[in-house]
Amino acid sequence: MAGQVERAEGGAAPRLRPPRDICRKARWSGAVVAAVLAGAAGAQDGRVSTYEQMAPELRAMQDDDFSNPGLLWAQTGEELWAEPSGADEVACAECHGAAEEMAGVAAHYPDWDEESGQAVDLAARINLCRQRHQGAEPLERGSEALLALTTLVALQSRGQPIAPSEAPQMEAVRGQGEALYSTRMGQLNLACATCHDDLAGGRLLAAEIPQAHPTGYPQYRLEWQEMGDLDRRLRNCMVGVRAEPFAAGSQEFVALEAYLKARAVGMEMEAPAIRP
Amino acid sequence: MAVMINVPETAAPGEVVEVKIIISHPMETGFRTGSDGKLVPRNIIHELTCRYMGQEVFRAELHPAVAANPFFSFFVTAQESGEVELSWVDEAGETVTETRPIEVG
Repeated sequence: MAGQVERAEGGAAPRLRPPRDICRKARWSGAVVAAVLAGAAGAQDGRVSTYEQMAPELRAMQDDDFSNPGLLWAQTGEELWAEPSGADEVACAECHGAAEEMAGVAAHYPDWDEESGQAVDLAARINLCRQRHQGAEPLERGSEALLALTTLVALQSRGQPIAPSEAPQMEAVRGQGEALYSTRMGQLNLACATCHDDLAGGRLLAAEIPQAHPTGYPQYRLEWQEMGDLDRRLRNCMVGVRAEPFAAGSQEFVALEAYLKARAVGMEMEAPAIRP
Repeated sequence: MAVMINVPETAAPGEVVEVKIIISHPMETGFRTGSDGKLVPRNIIHELTCRYMGQEVFRAELHPAVAANPFFSFFVTAQESGEVELSWVDEAGETVTETRPIEVG
């Protein structure tokens, strides 16, 4: 478990693995190759955000802040940010200042929390902050309020490269995530890697199989008609392969996110993204 | 209820300007069941109107097939400075009116 890893103080910075499937990218379908040739951001190494696979209408919806519904959540987040909360009657803004001060923060989550000795994602960090500094109850995972605050913080890193945490303990967490990513599960006995590495760019019925880079979370999916976090998306896939999903906010999901973020290192943050 | 409205702050006389609005609303169809197995009552925004210079310039009727968080975009010819007034009403009886100034000249 990640919590038992010894701290390697002053040790070498964690090595972030490049995507293990770069050599396979050459075999990708024409659609992805076309997107890459079209000058997709960060496409030199074959990695491509799902944004590049979307229809022009959906890309336009994401690009215009007046048509991107994710910004509605950010707006609610702004209100919550300024509102005194919990027994201590203190607002996020009183310690952190304006939300803009959080620029770049979301780009390196999940990160290590010394106090609890475990890896936490951005939503869990917000909840820890509520408990420790506001004397407030943690918000329910996936709730409107937690999504609103997470969206607001993630929005401040839009356009910045994903820069995974350099905490030495995170290396073991990423290892755990990579193991989960390649573990076959469910009645269909598929691993994440089966589709998102080996078959990315192919089709699952009408949908193009994405490379699974978590660049835009929390994101607004048209199928959900609301914002959702990465946990929800991962549960979606787990239910799809008929596996028992991990619990929301569980260490398994944090580990998977940590691995996916390292796999997407350097790619541009797009939260709040639109996805079909 | 979160809402985002985009009306250009300034415009030249006779300029055609785009008004954009996105409203946070579940647009509950009335066909879904809740966790208790009962139908969730229908609640959609069924009408949105836009008034400018004391005159209705845009009206939309909405139906249950319209997705949650509806987005509208339409064009208005800027003629004189004033307020662009958008109002909508949903089936829970909530009426919301928002105004945005526009300066023409």
